[in-house]
Amino acid sequence: MARNEAEIGTKKSTFMKWIDDRFPYTETMKYHITEYYASKNFNFWYIFGVLAMVVLVIQFVSGIFLTMNYKPSSADAFASVEYIMRDVQWGWLIRYMHSTGASFFFVVVYLHMFRAMLYGSYQKPRELIWIIGMMIFFVLFAEAFAGYLLPWGQMSYWGAQVIISLFGAIPGIGEAIVEIIRGDYSISDITLNRFFALHVVVLPIALLGLVFVHIVALHHVGSNNPDGIEIKDHKGPDGVPLDGIAFHPYHTTKDLVGIIIFLMIFSAVMFFAPDMGGYFLEHANFEPANVMATPERIAPVWYFTPFYAILRAVPSKLWGAALMALSVLAPLFLPWLDRSRVKSIRYRGPIYKTALGLFVISFCTLGWLGMQPAEGVYVVMARIFSVIYFGFFIAMPYYTTIDKTKQVPDRVVYHG
Amino acid sequence: MTDDVDRNRRHFLTVATVVTGGVGLVAASIPFISSLNPSARAQAQGAPVEVPLGSLEPGEMIRVMWRGRLVFVVRRTEEMLARLSSVTDFLEDPNSEVVEQQPEFAVNQHRSRKPEFLVVEGSCTHLGCAPLAEFQVGPADDWFGGFYCPCHGSRFDLSGRVYQNVPAPTNLRVPPYRFLREDLIMIGADSGVA
Amino acid sequence: MGRFPRFGVPLVALLLAGGVFAASTIELEPTGNDPDNINSLQRGAKNFMNYCAGCHSAKYVRFNIIGRDLELSEDQLIENLMFNAEKTFETIQATMPLDDAARWFGQPPPDMSLMARARGTDYVYNFMKGFYLDPDSPTGVDNLVLKGTSMPHVLWELQGYQSATFVQDEKEEGTTHFEGFETVTAGSMTAEEFDNFARDTANFLEYISEPIRSTRRVLGVWVLIYLSIFLVIAIMLKRQVWKDVS
Repeated sequence: MARNEAEIGTKKSTFMKWIDDRFPYTETMKYHITEYYASKNFNFWYIFGVLAMVVLVIQFVSGIFLTMNYKPSSADAFASVEYIMRDVQWGWLIRYMHSTGASFFFVVVYLHMFRAMLYGSYQKPRELIWIIGMMIFFVLFAEAFAGYLLPWGQMSYWGAQVIISLFGAIPGIGEAIVEIIRGDYSISDITLNRFFALHVVVLPIALLGLVFVHIVALHHVGSNNPDGIEIKDHKGPDGVPLDGIAFHPYHTTKDLVGIIIFLMIFSAVMFFAPDMGGYFLEHANFEPANVMATPERIAPVWYFTPFYAILRAVPSKLWGAALMALSVLAPLFLPWLDRSRVKSIRYRGPIYKTALGLFVISFCTLGWLGMQPAEGVYVVMARIFSVIYFGFFIAMPYYTTIDKTKQVPDRVVYHG
Repeated sequence: MTDDVDRNRRHFLTVATVVTGGVGLVAASIPFISSLNPSARAQAQGAPVEVPLGSLEPGEMIRVMWRGRLVFVVRRTEEMLARLSSVTDFLEDPNSEVVEQQPEFAVNQHRSRKPEFLVVEGSCTHLGCAPLAEFQVGPADDWFGGFYCPCHGSRFDLSGRVYQNVPAPTNLRVPPYRFLREDLIMIGADSGVA
Repeated sequence: MGRFPRFGVPLVALLLAGGVFAASTIELEPTGNDPDNINSLQRGAKNFMNYCAGCHSAKYVRFNIIGRDLELSEDQLIENLMFNAEKTFETIQATMPLDDAARWFGQPPPDMSLMARARGTDYVYNFMKGFYLDPDSPTGVDNLVLKGTSMPHVLWELQGYQSATFVQDEKEEGTTHFEGFETVTAGSMTAEEFDNFARDTANFLEYISEPIRSTRRVLGVWVLIYLSIFLVIAIMLKRQVWKDVS
């Protein structure tokens, strides 16, 4: 490494010097890329942060080009989407890219969050990274929700109807909030117009800002690893962590492999099953919004369904909405709920492993239940799994304290 | 020895990766750039338009739209046509030698299929303003009738040929068109079925 | 507020009900169509333009796109499909004005551009085959797939008229389930011919609901081939670079 740096130093051209005197280019590149050291034992789970960035780029590029042809008005929106799909050259590809990207964004982000839970990435000193990450997640929810209204199909309209009505559950000011969100007495052209502004301007800017801060915080503290060990505790004489390797060229070449595999999966869906059996593009959304008739079944897009199932599990408007909001917010408190002495699942005891397993099962089952009709056994199941979902968080301070942990090694485990 | 082999191999693989990735990025950009082209709807709306000439009196002009662009159709009188040869010396391109400005059939003094009818785009070749039609001679000494662009003072004769020493560099553009009947033209299609 | 309920309590009630299921779900017979079969699509296009396009538009679909995908020349398009259009770049509009249609049928016949994608190809196939005599209906027929449809049995000349048998359910009192159709008057087509007619037409409707389907599948193969090659190179590079790491 040291030799490399010397080479770069001597080769630095007068042009680069001119730049560096005015903008910290070389310094920034070193800090974030060529001399950012992350553990060498990253596994499969560590690809999803990079993939989230890839999807973000895909959404930005495809979104910008969609904006050039989309019309945010209730009279024209549906037709303009079909115009993109049929009349605009390659418009279908751009649109499918964006719709597939929306779902993949959540696939990637959920797995990214699960990684943090596996290896205790939210624990000290990374609490702020986690909180910023959760804020990204909330903005992403808002972004996806606003975006879903834009095609102005049946599911767009009625989905928005249902979700916006949730705010009406807030005692006292609920109805006023609902009206101020809609800007009208029902979901209308006005609502569509402002959701468009939110979707293409406000929320993307917020997203970019938060992602930037997320990465700055990460690079300040340093990445966690599957052993949950601080690699900065063991530095070589040159000040480089002994278990760390430079982001470039090591992690970049490794990530590239992951990115290509991801793009293959992405392309397979986009080119061969853009509807994904009605999960990515819901069938009813190919019918224009009709104020007079609700579709036979309303189910939100798959990434909202776990929380939607919790909403429906509660037979009260206020408490249903409150618990749903709480279920989305709950992970925010993980850094303080988790009292374990170790970070990584590798050194945790059986109780945490069981709890996390149950949590994953309950999250996935709730996701499935959110798509089923809320009748009979489904409601009972939704209630059981809602209890497990919240139980995971509520009981965490207790079971992480009593759980037997294993001895954490000094250095990360790496089998060349 | 092995070090050298490794370094060469690494260099080769780095180049191969960058090139392959670059090719992919270029290919991926094609759909995005292509999407900026006129869409099927724009093409449909930009389809050839038919213009009846029956009610057009000699010396008169009508304005029609084709592809959202202004097109002048002028029925010139014998006297107007006669004036064309008298101004040749003052023109920049009297023989329509700039190929892009007209279809082949309009490379002649009257710049049209039939001398009587002039079809030109009403868009000044300077910066795209719509020229005014001033067909009469005078009042200025050097005005022999034609098109005058109010934006920057470009002048064109009765065949849309540009005068010398004005901002516009070339003659007014002649769109493709053809006569369907004696009194009906189709603008936008040179030949074939529309 | 008038006709629309305030979206408070009723909406959440609906929400808690998880959306209303259609009371009786009909098993749809699979269409068994092949969207890559150009001949079937050509026949379907002709069927659609002859029997459907009088009332149903397909307002996002341009004739020249159909011509391109179904390998029809401009002359063939004009002669066989474009009864109500002059230029090949026009979209498919219904012959009948929408207002008239709405007055006659109570509601305008829906646009067909996306019907197969919204409801499924099997739905449109079964719908075309699903008309049966019902004296209580103003049109004299009802449809198995869409109860109470205001659409008359347009294809009666081809299919003839059939009656439907409903049997009392054993488990639940007062509910019936569909048992089968019985031909009352024969049409000009045999049952098999009519199935093929409906299949081709449904196939065409599936095609117009997403005309670029075959394009995207072909392109997808090339993209995956490219990514596979890129993947091999990237793996080799990663292995080479990671030789440093011990």
